[in-house]
Amino acid sequence: MDDVLVIGAGPAGLSAAIACAKHGLSVRVVDEFYRSGGRLLGQLHQEPDGSWWNGIDEAARLDQEARSAGVEISAGVSVYNVNRIDNGWEVSTTAGEFHAPMLLLATGASETAVPVPGWTLPGSMSIGAAQVMTNVQRVRVGQRGVVIGVNILSVAIARELQLAGVKVDRMILPPSSAVTGHAGNPEAVMRSLLRVAHLAPSPFIRWGSQLMKSHWMQRLGVSLYPAKGFSMWDIPIQLRTGALEIVGSRQVEGVRVARITPDGQTIPGTEEVIPADFVCIAGGLSPLAELAAIAGCPFAYVPSLGGHVPIHDEKMRTPLPGLFVAGNITGIESAKVAMAQGSLAGLSIASTHGVLSDQSLIQQAIHQVEYVRQKATIQFHPEISSGRAIISQMATECMGI
Amino acid sequence: MSQRILHHPVLGSLNQRKTLHFTFNESSYTAYEGETIAAALLASGVRTLRVHEEKGTPRGIYCNIGHCYECRVSVNGVPTVRACMTLVQDGMEVTAGTVLPTPLKKGDVAHG
Repeated sequence: MDDVLVIGAGPAGLSAAIACAKHGLSVRVVDEFYRSGGRLLGQLHQEPDGSWWNGIDEAARLDQEARSAGVEISAGVSVYNVNRIDNGWEVSTTAGEFHAPMLLLATGASETAVPVPGWTLPGSMSIGAAQVMTNVQRVRVGQRGVVIGVNILSVAIARELQLAGVKVDRMILPPSSAVTGHAGNPEAVMRSLLRVAHLAPSPFIRWGSQLMKSHWMQRLGVSLYPAKGFSMWDIPIQLRTGALEIVGSRQVEGVRVARITPDGQTIPGTEEVIPADFVCIAGGLSPLAELAAIAGCPFAYVPSLGGHVPIHDEKMRTPLPGLFVAGNITGIESAKVAMAQGSLAGLSIASTHGVLSDQSLIQQAIHQVEYVRQKATIQFHPEISSGRAIISQMATECMGI
Repeated sequence: MSQRILHHPVLGSLNQRKTLHFTFNESSYTAYEGETIAAALLASGVRTLRVHEEKGTPRGIYCNIGHCYECRVSVNGVPTVRACMTLVQDGMEVTAGTVLPTPLKKGDVAHG
């Protein structure tokens, strides 16, 4: 039996495993994917200083450090149940049962599905699928694609596709519906894009972001938005074009689109079919938290964190004894925040296990998470800090601490 | 023509990798060591991995990380294996799912 079982070999899980192992605990990490690294593996973007954040290298570094510290990493193992037992947790996996007094759930996030008519046609896939296929598996997803859904993640991945020589013809909005919500509304999408416009290479967009700080200017900006769109990294972003249907007989052959009003309504008589052999659907990310639910952990619905998240305190403890969480399961943020959270969770586990001699390390780690969060160039949600505060408050009430 | 990205401006070039052979619906395909079934087939231009069990409409990968099960295939006779999560092994026999009978569904007999 191990001291600690970690589910998820991404940035949070590996960082936690490293912290635990360095304090003398025996740690096993399981992950469903065939190699460790989690969603770090697909990441590839340029930092403001011009250097590249290469997720594959970061994953290799964490994997190496964990293994050197004595962590056992089991890739290709799926977990289908977690069960509270006396003095710990029983975890059922495709490689058998594991038991440990301490369990860390670092399962990350899943992509939010956005139903678009025709989305089951082969060649239609989530934006994350295209990212992994391009950067990790190194296979082109097609010759000419359309991205449906404009958000921070999809813009970043569209650039990654282009970098690998895969043509992204344009980025457009999903059909406006109760399911797509703000993602189909040009004004709402413009507001969220403007929050990251300072990262755009185009001086025009930087200028635009200064211009459009007030609401009426935003509305004007969307109203005057050119049909061809503005380009970021040579990819046209067409906020006033909406997808109606993905078309093709046996696989994707194109996307039927129409011009849309600033609030997302289709303008009659403007329909056309854009040829494409692949389509990426981008609906954003939500915490992947089923195992916390199975374990019996209480949840809270916090939109700024990406949806339903297991309640946890600032030391990454859930109200259930020996159950910890770290990374995107606690809210959608960058891999760097996930790493800091993982290190904190590892120290917290070591403390609970009674092997952490210097308790001040935990406070330092809590400050580190906050520091990394504040320093992040991309906030997935502007209200992330208040979302974190809500969860901490609920944990205090829940745990009586 | 292979759709593999052998050279990448930031990630670099792929080194010589070991070649593997496998079949999909009894046709032969080549993969490189470390490639998933889904990646190897897509590299050869194969997007359709199964058909819907009832309607027969074609399906391929959707999420590519094991969440959605859209890419389920049979591998060496074992059903419901995710093509996006399974590495190709030499000699592997992969088959696509086919339409299954729905004997309890109303209307099947009348329209058959």
